[in-house]
Amino acid sequence: MSLNEILQPVTLPAWIVSLPLLAAVFSFVLPRIRVWAGIFTAIITPLMVVFLGREILAHGAIQMQVGGWEAPLGIYLHADGISAAMLGITAVIIGSISFYARSYFSGDVASRYFWPLWMFLWGALNALFLSGDIFNLYVTLELLGLSAVALVALSQTVDALSAAMRYLLVSLTGSLSYLMGVALLYAANGTLSIKLLATAGPASPSIATAFALMAAGLIMKTALFPMHFWLPPAHANAPAPVSAVLSALVVKASFYILMRLWLVIFEPFINPSTAQLIGVLGACAIIWGSVQALVAERLKLLVAYSTVAQIGYLFLVFPLSSIPQTNHTAWQGGFYFVLSHACAKSAAFLAAGTVIYSFGHDRIKDLHGIVRRMPVSMFAFALAGVSLIGLPPSGGFIAKWLYLNAALTGGQWWWCVLIILGSLLATAYVFRFFSRAFSYSPEEIERRPVPWAMEWTALGLALCALILGFIAPAVTTLLDAGNPF
Amino acid sequence: MSRENEDSLTSRTIKMMAAISVLALTSVLGWTVWTLPPFSDRMQRLVASNMAISGVENPVTAVLLNFRGYDTLLEIGVLLLAALGVFSAVPSPVILSKSTPSPILNLLLRLLLPFIILIGGYILWIGKYAPGGAFQAGAILAAGGILLSTAAVPFNRFALKTMPFAMGIGLVTFIVVALATMMVRGNFLQYPVAQAGTLILVIEAAATISISIILTILFIGGNPDASITAKDENSKASIIDKGNTTK
Amino acid sequence: MTISLLYALVGVVLLGIGLYSLVIYSHLVKKILALNVAGSGVFLFLVATAAQTTGPVPDPVPHAMVLTGIVVAVSATALALALACRIHQVTGTARLTENEPE
Repeated sequence: MSLNEILQPVTLPAWIVSLPLLAAVFSFVLPRIRVWAGIFTAIITPLMVVFLGREILAHGAIQMQVGGWEAPLGIYLHADGISAAMLGITAVIIGSISFYARSYFSGDVASRYFWPLWMFLWGALNALFLSGDIFNLYVTLELLGLSAVALVALSQTVDALSAAMRYLLVSLTGSLSYLMGVALLYAANGTLSIKLLATAGPASPSIATAFALMAAGLIMKTALFPMHFWLPPAHANAPAPVSAVLSALVVKASFYILMRLWLVIFEPFINPSTAQLIGVLGACAIIWGSVQALVAERLKLLVAYSTVAQIGYLFLVFPLSSIPQTNHTAWQGGFYFVLSHACAKSAAFLAAGTVIYSFGHDRIKDLHGIVRRMPVSMFAFALAGVSLIGLPPSGGFIAKWLYLNAALTGGQWWWCVLIILGSLLATAYVFRFFSRAFSYSPEEIERRPVPWAMEWTALGLALCALILGFIAPAVTTLLDAGNPF
Repeated sequence: MSRENEDSLTSRTIKMMAAISVLALTSVLGWTVWTLPPFSDRMQRLVASNMAISGVENPVTAVLLNFRGYDTLLEIGVLLLAALGVFSAVPSPVILSKSTPSPILNLLLRLLLPFIILIGGYILWIGKYAPGGAFQAGAILAAGGILLSTAAVPFNRFALKTMPFAMGIGLVTFIVVALATMMVRGNFLQYPVAQAGTLILVIEAAATISISIILTILFIGGNPDASITAKDENSKASIIDKGNTTK
Repeated sequence: MTISLLYALVGVVLLGIGLYSLVIYSHLVKKILALNVAGSGVFLFLVATAAQTTGPVPDPVPHAMVLTGIVVAVSATALALALACRIHQVTGTARLTENEPE
């Protein structure tokens, strides 16, 4: 059995799921090697994802029947362009943040359990993006939710524990609602596999109810307004590497599932006014999140509310895609948002974490003049801000441009107004922080030196957000691979 | 200030709104269930026709460990993850500190534990032919563990040193078997038909060990290894991310 | 009305009771219990689905789903209770305070 046979591209999905899970167990059982297990995974998994991406671009979507059983009896793993893009962004972000975390966690307590939990989170995300079975998605959602909650609670502060508890309760409610939807779909159709459900029967009330339940659960987990109340405390009080991953990837995972289910199963059956309603909720999220970010007193809270606002943009994809001509553009825009926001937001949180590491706090009004003192982190934050606002050349700009394109072509001009308004608000809250950071301050603030790995990881991720703006054709080609839309 | 007021939200409007919306949801759901199309037998017939090559004779075990084994793999991961979460969130165990030794419990344990272990092993074995299997056996053994903890029987050194391995062996065995079968037969978790039964038993045995120890730990609510928890308490000071001050 | 339909409806009612209690009560343990009741409702619905078959043996797939669901629910409940205990240890109360960090 040669190496070539073992590493056949079709087996890559299994390795991509298994490697982080194995690393998780080993870093718990053998604590001495935990950092090295994490770094090893952080290097190997992105390589595997790259190979998978190349394979998908060359030959289309990959499917793997787990256990050799065909659906509906067995579970299958499904990797198309979108999965590859999500896996890729996950690998880049978690891989980079692993290096950040190595320097960030110096105490024994947090570090002992951080690495196993971190690897479980990665494994859960990979399993989620590759799954093609609605019940399997439930298990991966739980795996993801529990690891995220445990990571939030690592801070051990009172606020972190309360935030973790709130997050856990919301997450469990969302999963339960999703599970009820799964049960309904199974009772009505006798199968759990997504591709078979695509040919589900005519619209019976069970389809609409199942969709309502599953969408409600997933919307709770993605923190769309008005179910966003758990997000700011959780993301603001978690350790910085955890906040970065939560905002960048964890909330996107439930959005990914909602998107998949919508595209493959539900779209023909759902009233277009539902799509408009979701869009309205997205609009409220953008406005409310931006306003709260404007008045936030702590840097991490500002960034967390910015996440609430940016999640609103994600959900605009539903009304924008309801018109057949603009369907494709809208979905490309939506996914571009996912990818660029992931990079930009993680960079912003990492930069905020560096600020806390150095100064011991993140109260904005006391952070005057820090541009001089930590130029690299501030530059990273600035680049992230560029993408969040949607200025060219950044991934955020491409995403908004695709959206504007879809809105204008489809004749839904009101979304254009909203998108531009959102950009103005984002400019306001980003510059609010920078006006403080740039202000002249003669006094020397007490601070500790920051390991270079932390600052440069933040900058690296911010540059990724920018690079996404330049490689738009390549990314859209990848997203289309395997014909997901 | 009655207890009633303390326990529920004081706002009556919120209670009314919640009641109305839950009532609406339940009725819609009930009506959906009422109007469900007749259930198709397709899945059942598929399972029945593939039982011969599944390696076991109990259809539920076949679905759990063979047809949909991937779900079970992830589920064992969820269990281990919960234990890790408990370890990191609650440094010192809640139950161990509160339980006191009792001669009555000790006598009961001396009588019960051999049977618990025997029945646990039997349930694990019989899972191939009748209701039973890894999770059921693990739960029974965990019941023994719970009795031990309530009787304040301390973990001895051997148990503490092997505890992490016992917790991890279920998931590791499952993943290793899955990867090995992938390298031999080309598909993740695809058992060769002749060895399917044996492989399933191996996986289930390892899983039973893990499940029982993890469930006991979940009951205890913390890490029974006092040396680790003492270190954890001491190094709390080096937590960096303070954000708000603790109230 | 068949027996399995009755059980399915009972499961739905349990789900409703659980969700209502989750919203109403502010004590953490009650919220966790409410989630468990709601979960049991969903599992009961699944088991009722399995019982609807015409053959002699019920459909094993929902049974496997319920088994997996129970394990996941136990794990989640354990984590939730551990957090609740920790919050009680640190703050002295077992209720989430409603103030958002400003």
